[in-house]
Amino acid sequence: MNKIEVKNVDFFYGNFQALKNISLDIEANKVVAFIGPSGCGKSTFIRIFNRMNDLIPETRLKGSVKIDGVDIYQKGIDVDELRKNVGMVFQRPNPFPKSIFDNVAYGLRVNGLKDKHFICQKVEESLKGAALWEEVKDKLKESAFALSGGQQQRLCIARALAISPSILLMDEPASALDPISTAKIEELIWELKKTYTIVIVTHNMQQAARVSDKTAYFYLGEMIEYDDTKIIFTNPKKESTQNYITGRFG
Amino acid sequence: MNITLKKRRSQHLAFGIVSLLTYSIVAILIIILAFIIIRGIGVINWEFLSTAPTDGMTGGGIFPAIVGTCYLILGSAAFAFPVGIMSGIYMNEYAPKGKLVRFIRMMTNNLSGIPSIVFGLFGMALFVNKLSFGDSILAGSLTLALLSLPLVIRTTEEALKAIPYSFREGSYALGATKLQTIRRVTLPMALPNITTGLILAVGRVSGETAPILFTCAAYFLPQLPSGVLDQCMALPYHLYVLATSGTNMELQRPIAYGTALVLIMIVLLVNITATVVRRYFANKVKMN
Repeated sequence: MNKIEVKNVDFFYGNFQALKNISLDIEANKVVAFIGPSGCGKSTFIRIFNRMNDLIPETRLKGSVKIDGVDIYQKGIDVDELRKNVGMVFQRPNPFPKSIFDNVAYGLRVNGLKDKHFICQKVEESLKGAALWEEVKDKLKESAFALSGGQQQRLCIARALAISPSILLMDEPASALDPISTAKIEELIWELKKTYTIVIVTHNMQQAARVSDKTAYFYLGEMIEYDDTKIIFTNPKKESTQNYITGRFG
Repeated sequence: MNITLKKRRSQHLAFGIVSLLTYSIVAILIIILAFIIIRGIGVINWEFLSTAPTDGMTGGGIFPAIVGTCYLILGSAAFAFPVGIMSGIYMNEYAPKGKLVRFIRMMTNNLSGIPSIVFGLFGMALFVNKLSFGDSILAGSLTLALLSLPLVIRTTEEALKAIPYSFREGSYALGATKLQTIRRVTLPMALPNITTGLILAVGRVSGETAPILFTCAAYFLPQLPSGVLDQCMALPYHLYVLATSGTNMELQRPIAYGTALVLIMIVLLVNITATVVRRYFANKVKMN
């Protein structure tokens, strides 16, 4: 069974249709990249998996989105529970104005965990998972704002890992970072896919080519092509995809 | 060449006028302060601050008025802070954006535009008569609370609005509910600005005369109030009494200036505290 199954999804902001009849399947423990020019709907699409779009008024979704076989848009789905299973990392690092430790522990605490020993263990585990532990282990009590942009983004990844999701959504996670921090995040993605299914939106074509197993190309709300990353970048079937990846527009 | 010179000259002239006007505002404040200090400082001593008026208000101190003003500040804060903060949270975080919120906001703004004497009349009608609290600290506090509510709501709302949406998003994405997000992320971040607003509201309340005129303030009450249903003296009203009525206006005049000085110092102190608190928190919770 596929980890994520999307069937005939249309998505609307008021009267504007942002996604048109999209269907795709994502296997477990794979990295899937969404690429396409600005405004093509890729960020809207990634936010469907943790129902982040629910927070925007007057949005509507048609079609079905299944995670582990369960339709996440059916009645009676607990959205907070869903978001525990589907972690998200945003474009700009957005740590809370709290200590490094409290940032990572946040997700555990809001989900009712109180056991101090368990929380400590989980924080360490998550920071290690996000390749940040060595850099911060001596200053866990310091403010997260004292970290560099790249470190903050890895802290946000650690924060997402702490609540043990099975899917990780990354919305242009490296677009606000310098090349060295970007390389670290990319290495991390390689490491993380052993445990998690990862969906990543990126503007950076090389990044998509480097980190992903499969790539979907979006244009004007439609999914033009979805295939193995190798094929998309060497031998795409559609001319529009070819034009985009060779930089002729976009 | 000629045009450049002309442009430069009119620029200098404009800046000159603008800065002159700005400095004159500072000058006005200093003149008022100096005026009050020079006339009032003579009567200020420990006895003045710690005893009740004597000899038909031509002697003694203003202790009951200081205490009364403190009670009214605390009383109005006890009502206005919780209600105002919660309304502000509702307006910015819960209420669906649109006509309703715009309507509430407009009404809140209108409420703050109502003259304070009207609040006084309303307070008398509702709290003193209808609810039979009588002339009391309770009625006065409630009336003052109504007066300061718009300010509290407004600053809470503005403070919350200033928190970037990305912090809320980060919290929701971790499975936090709206309430948890407000309690653990948004509200702590907004707290410095909210606190500033609260302190400014206190400053406003401490100087008001009209709202307590018919609801609470006692003309002369040498002993301290023993409960919330007692009347009390208050600094602004005491000042009004000393300046307009009494047994001997000439002898009262220095006491009036002393009272004004104490009142002004309390308000200034409150405003300075607001600034310090904001600076302190702003350094502590630095946004990136």
